[in-house]
Amino acid sequence: MNATTARAAAIAGAQGLALALMALTGSIILFVLTVVSLALVVAGVGVFTTPVVLRLVRAHADFRRRLAGQWGAEPIPARYRPLPRDARTGVTGQVERCVHMLRDPATWRDVQWLFVDLTAGAVVAVLGPGLFAQGLFGLLLVMGLWVPIVSAGGTHWFTFVPVDSWSTAGAAAMVGAGLIGIGIKVNPLLVRTHFRIAGSMLAPSRAELAQRIGRLTETRHDALDSSAAELRRIERDLHDGAQARLVAVGMNLSTVEALIERDPAQARELLAQARATSAEALVELRDLVRGIHPPVLAERGLGDGVKALALRLPLRTEVDVELSGRVDAPVESAAYFAVSEALANAVKHSGADRIWVDITHADGSLRIAVTDNGRGGASLTAGSGLSGVERRLGTFDGVLAVSSPVGGPTMVTMEIPCELF
Amino acid sequence: MRVVLAEDLFLLRDGLVRLLEAYGFTIVAAVESGPELAKALAELEPDVAVVDVRLPPSHTDEGLQCALAARRARPGLPVLVLSQHVEQLYARELLADGTGGVGYLLKDRVFDADQFIDAVRRVAAGGTAMDPQVISQLLSRRAQDRPLARLTPREVEVMELMAQGRSNGAIAAQLTVTERAVAKHTSNIFGKLELPVSDDDNRRVLAVLAYLDRG
Repeated sequence: MNATTARAAAIAGAQGLALALMALTGSIILFVLTVVSLALVVAGVGVFTTPVVLRLVRAHADFRRRLAGQWGAEPIPARYRPLPRDARTGVTGQVERCVHMLRDPATWRDVQWLFVDLTAGAVVAVLGPGLFAQGLFGLLLVMGLWVPIVSAGGTHWFTFVPVDSWSTAGAAAMVGAGLIGIGIKVNPLLVRTHFRIAGSMLAPSRAELAQRIGRLTETRHDALDSSAAELRRIERDLHDGAQARLVAVGMNLSTVEALIERDPAQARELLAQARATSAEALVELRDLVRGIHPPVLAERGLGDGVKALALRLPLRTEVDVELSGRVDAPVESAAYFAVSEALANAVKHSGADRIWVDITHADGSLRIAVTDNGRGGASLTAGSGLSGVERRLGTFDGVLAVSSPVGGPTMVTMEIPCELF
Repeated sequence: MRVVLAEDLFLLRDGLVRLLEAYGFTIVAAVESGPELAKALAELEPDVAVVDVRLPPSHTDEGLQCALAARRARPGLPVLVLSQHVEQLYARELLADGTGGVGYLLKDRVFDADQFIDAVRRVAAGGTAMDPQVISQLLSRRAQDRPLARLTPREVEVMELMAQGRSNGAIAAQLTVTERAVAKHTSNIFGKLELPVSDDDNRRVLAVLAYLDRG
């Protein structure tokens, strides 16, 4: 046995103790709270308490998921359905939130896990530190601890050894040393087993994975479709626009070559025309580029890209960006065009005179809200620009929600899971 | 006049060098990257710098950042920024220090060599050269502005040219009117927009730009 194994075993022992404590406090309390709160749904009060309790449960489960990764076991993925961001306020919103959470299979997995954690999970976790503690107790017995114990209460059973003399205490010490030896061997395994149990309860089920694959296939098709359509549009624009104009310029220049001696006046006229045509080609190319990937976005990222976009709008638009880094280029581009579409909608249909754009990053998601003070009544019906945006964001597992009561205001919110770097 | 030029595409750099030299400028450095530009601006003390917004190695707005940094180190250092696209956001940053000697033009403007050279000279002399597109963007945003609505169409034309940084003489030539007529329009514009009147051409330009960019 070397120092590293002993160290690993000691650490695993401490981890086991911590896990057992978490299971025997947090999991028990939360399990009881959940059951009580669910029972109270019938009485009505539960509708208000359940989302709160379930949020605590999620935090508790997430903490364990994180620990799994940090303490050397297989990381456990979390897959909760995103909460609707446009949920209404007041009682209806509360009911919506409650129903939404109860419909999420991940919620029920959490609850099952709580029960398993406070039983099997706790037992497995406490086994490691238990072996150490019992072993240590055996060693203490032989150091003389058996004398007061036996004189106070008669023969003391250490595991399977009846201790009543120095010799039996010696035997207990040997058993104790054995227990510590076993502990050193199995401790890391026990911690891993604990996380494996948690993982089997918390990880998404097969059916959900199948559903996820279905969703990915669908969004991938959408993405391929829309990028193919986009390429066709770009090809057509180039073909009928800049390309044709450059041909015209070339033709003009060769005519100029022929005319320059014979008819300088007409040659000069053609030259001017060639210059004008090439200027038009540039304008077209610039517009095309803006539609493919806006230059400010490339140069400065999402925040300034949207600010520059807002400066081109005829409405007063306030842009508030709180990003401490940049997001991946594809996400950045999708987010930009999503905001662009939302802004265009607001300008065209809302009748608003002010627009606010908020961009932040929190809890692993890019969050964008586009709000206007217009007349409301916007919707996500098929064929509208916003439903296209929704599909495009879907490729990134992003979601879009529209809250637009008649009379306004309209708020379009988007959320795209991504990292900042 | 000593010019530092920064443009990463060889064809354009070469063309600009030829053009500027044909009009009697001396190119003291023609560089192709941000770091080279920063070095040239710090060491060569040019009379004017002509800079492409996007430069290697990052291919972001490195040229613009270099120009802004150089102007912070040497306030009023004349810089003419060229780009394939113009953005009000960038124009605002260039104008923020209020010292003038700033130009921001689309690369297409090189097509009209006389006007382009005029812009370079104006910037070198501490004046302003704003792209007509920047001005029209500013104006379209101020469509609801009441004082602006009081301007006559002619006055709007004069104001657009003034905001681009043109002198009264140049405006008069472009609109084929007399300089006195332009001066009259100018004072009307300043009256209607309630801007402080100034004899200094450059200060007038900056005042109009600041007015248009407000809010």
